[in-house]
Amino acid sequence: MSSRMRNILIPIIAVLLGVLVGTIIMIVSGYDAVAGFQALWNGAFGDIYFTGEVVRQVTPYILAGLAVAFAFRTGLFNIGVEGQLIVGWVAAVWVGVSFDLPKIFHLPLAVLAAAVAGALWAFIPGYLKAKFRVHEVIVTIMLNYTALHITNHFIRTVLSDGKERSENIATTASLRSPFFEGLTEYSRMHWGIFIAIICAIIMWFILEKTTRGFELRAVGFNEHASQYAGMNVKQNIILSMVISGTFAGLAGAMEGLGTFGYTAIKGGFTGVGFDGIAVALLGANTAIGVVLAAILFGSLKVGALNMPLEAGIPNELVDIIIALIIFFVASSYIIRWFIDRISKKGAK
Amino acid sequence: MEEYVIEMLNIRKEFSGFVANDNITLQLKKGEIHALLGENGAGKSTLMNVLFGLYQPEAGEIKVKGESVNITDPNVANDLGIGMVHQHFMLVDTFTVTENIILGKETSKGGVIDIKTAEEEVRKISERYGLAVDPQAKISDISVGMQQRVEILKTLYRGAEILIFDEPTAVLTPQEIKELIQILKTLINEGKSIILITHKLKEIMEVCDRVTVIRKGKGIGTVNVSETNPTDLASLMVGREVTFKTEKTEAKPTSDVLLINDLVVKDSRGVEAVRGLNLNVRAGEIVGIAGVDGNGQSELIEAITGLRKADKGSIKLNNKEILNLPPRKITESGLAHIPQDRHKHGLVLNYSVGENMVLQTYYQKPFSRSGIMNFKQIFDKARSLISEFDVRTPSEFTPARALSGGNQQKAIIGREVDRNPDILIAAQPTRGLDVGAIEFIHQRLIDQRDNGKAVLLISFELEEIMNVSDRIAVIYEGEIVAVVDPKETTEQELGLLMAGSKRQEAGEETNV
Ligand SMILES: Nc1ncnc2c1ncn2[C@@H]1O[C@H](COP(=O)(O)OP(=O)(O)OP(=O)(O)O)[C@@H](O)[C@H]1O
Ligand SMILES: [Mg+2]
Repeated sequence: MSSRMRNILIPIIAVLLGVLVGTIIMIVSGYDAVAGFQALWNGAFGDIYFTGEVVRQVTPYILAGLAVAFAFRTGLFNIGVEGQLIVGWVAAVWVGVSFDLPKIFHLPLAVLAAAVAGALWAFIPGYLKAKFRVHEVIVTIMLNYTALHITNHFIRTVLSDGKERSENIATTASLRSPFFEGLTEYSRMHWGIFIAIICAIIMWFILEKTTRGFELRAVGFNEHASQYAGMNVKQNIILSMVISGTFAGLAGAMEGLGTFGYTAIKGGFTGVGFDGIAVALLGANTAIGVVLAAILFGSLKVGALNMPLEAGIPNELVDIIIALIIFFVASSYIIRWFIDRISKKGAK
Repeated sequence: MEEYVIEMLNIRKEFSGFVANDNITLQLKKGEIHALLGENGAGKSTLMNVLFGLYQPEAGEIKVKGESVNITDPNVANDLGIGMVHQHFMLVDTFTVTENIILGKETSKGGVIDIKTAEEEVRKISERYGLAVDPQAKISDISVGMQQRVEILKTLYRGAEILIFDEPTAVLTPQEIKELIQILKTLINEGKSIILITHKLKEIMEVCDRVTVIRKGKGIGTVNVSETNPTDLASLMVGREVTFKTEKTEAKPTSDVLLINDLVVKDSRGVEAVRGLNLNVRAGEIVGIAGVDGNGQSELIEAITGLRKADKGSIKLNNKEILNLPPRKITESGLAHIPQDRHKHGLVLNYSVGENMVLQTYYQKPFSRSGIMNFKQIFDKARSLISEFDVRTPSEFTPARALSGGNQQKAIIGREVDRNPDILIAAQPTRGLDVGAIEFIHQRLIDQRDNGKAVLLISFELEEIMNVSDRIAVIYEGEIVAVVDPKETTEQELGLLMAGSKRQEAGEETNV
């Protein structure tokens, strides 16, 4: 089987397996599986409002997925997308509430702030890896918690006077789109989807077309050979994390400037950054794959909200079904990994 | 009837349309060492991977002790008593010898791995076959030769009766080769049967009983070693006459291209491996470095090429100091390097052959313009290098991983020579190459010299050093202890120098 075929087939099989086991679980627990899936579908596409909400949810998923995928393609495992997203969110909101500028400056500045914050947050593990060989997984996991607590403190002290949330951002910094809102019966769909799509194109372009992408991928595959070939391995590792963090920070801007328009103290993670890992895996770490996988995840996430309402299926069961799909996606990745290892052995 | 322990009959193996094995037959008698000979990319590794269950053949039959079998994976091969020592080892670096050997076949007591018993067992087998392996040593701490013995132990531990060796001597030093040959003989005495892949005809003549020759995926035939000679074997395999001695004229060296003074380099453990080394290489000559492995050769090359920081001294390339410059700066100053370890340094295995062909030049015109790659130019370039250096690959888009070992090496050599460097550092350039390819590469090194360029050749094979070099510098414990003329020396004298005899004499003199 060619690797292209495999990349397309494996995720599809994984999703089907998830649906199959989900069906069995619904039937075993005494619920009507057909009605359940119908509710899921209707909850995502049965109404233009829902579809708008799906797009809204897909937007940060694309960016979080790109962040994970970009790092992965260059040999790094960025578990810290969640933390980078959170700092991006808060940075965007901070610019959104503290400046008084015309929209053509304010909005780009707020988006840029999120990108820079995410990039800086990812620079830390990149630098530590390049300089001291500290494994990025450990550092990024720790930085997720650090981000959560630091931003909570920031929200309490700088963005408000000891309150739970910031003020709403100025309309000049908002990604809100009256046009889309009108189109989708006042869903929260916003302009951010274009930023996400453009970023997907940028990722593809950097990796496949640019000289820098050639280096980044080479370093990811074989550091020794890259060093031998005169590439600056350390610089490339840092750059890879920084680009990845930029995407993650932008994902935060989608929430801060688009969906919510403010930021609030969080008791826990948003989960979007972690879902980004599943999105990237399902999308085989390619730009187009990530977009498609994000659409699937966004639809599931939004559609699932309708399952308790329309089919009486409890929320917990819905979570289980979604988790199952992620599980099969992740294990299909493991299967692929095994296939590759075995054929590597053979090819040597 | 039970004459053959293994029969591979009319085996055919394709890789998406490309026929790697075409109707090949190989029959292994009990208790013999059977050589498998063929050019780079002829399909030897593929055939053995079929026998070991890593590949499924499209056609043909495999019989073990007269019975038809279906070897679907390596576990089946193990159960049938077939073991394989791969060319590139498959050991876990951070595990001990014993842990590696029992991996996947752990003996346990009440759910806990029983290391003690396993170690005892490993020690016993090691002694029986004269392998002298320390069961408790960590893989990362032992030499390549020892690692290979661990691979041998692994197969024996699993009860192998038939052992396949894929180019075992390509990674060994001459001394280690001698020891391996001894081990092979012991294995035969203990009733094992062996299939040996090697490009070294001398080894075949020395230990093998019969040899099967394949050419471009087709079986040419099987001959008794006692009824043949290296010249016949070579022409059988290549399909034409092969001359073993490379013709060359007198060197006309001019000015120094590479000048090394008082160089000091530490190895990874912080011990001085190169200790005040002096060496010069002039334009228009090939200088060969002879020495026993581990006398500072690797560290010397790494320091020259910028892969390792040197502590003291000076390295001048065309009169410009290059000591501790980044590799790119050094490359751009006119140096090319055929690295010793092709998988670690030489190639990005997941990249296509074409992309590997521009591994150092990808950022230059015409391959890249204002930061954008021009893949058409890259693959055009690759195509011309592939044909010039006879790299046998399905196409320039094939991942380097899928090439046979020798063809990977040819791709690297093509890339490095093509840059037409002022100095070419060639470390074990012909490792794993067939005799025809070796002849070709030697000729290219000499051409390079004749065009007024400098070449520094590092090889553990004295024959290669003697044949190709214009001057031989002997390295011992991190110093050049002698520089000799290949026409006025013998392998014996070189051997003594490499063992440090000259230096000792000199040392005694100063002591007096
Ligand atoms: N996994 C693979 N996919 C595609 N082609 C392959 C694969 N493995 C081997 N080949 C091709 O099959 C041919 C035979 O390869 P093989 O490794 O058997 O050669 P070999 O005789 O062992 O050569 P060498 O002496 O250089 O090791 C080569 O042309 C190689 O490119
Ligand atoms: Mg081979």
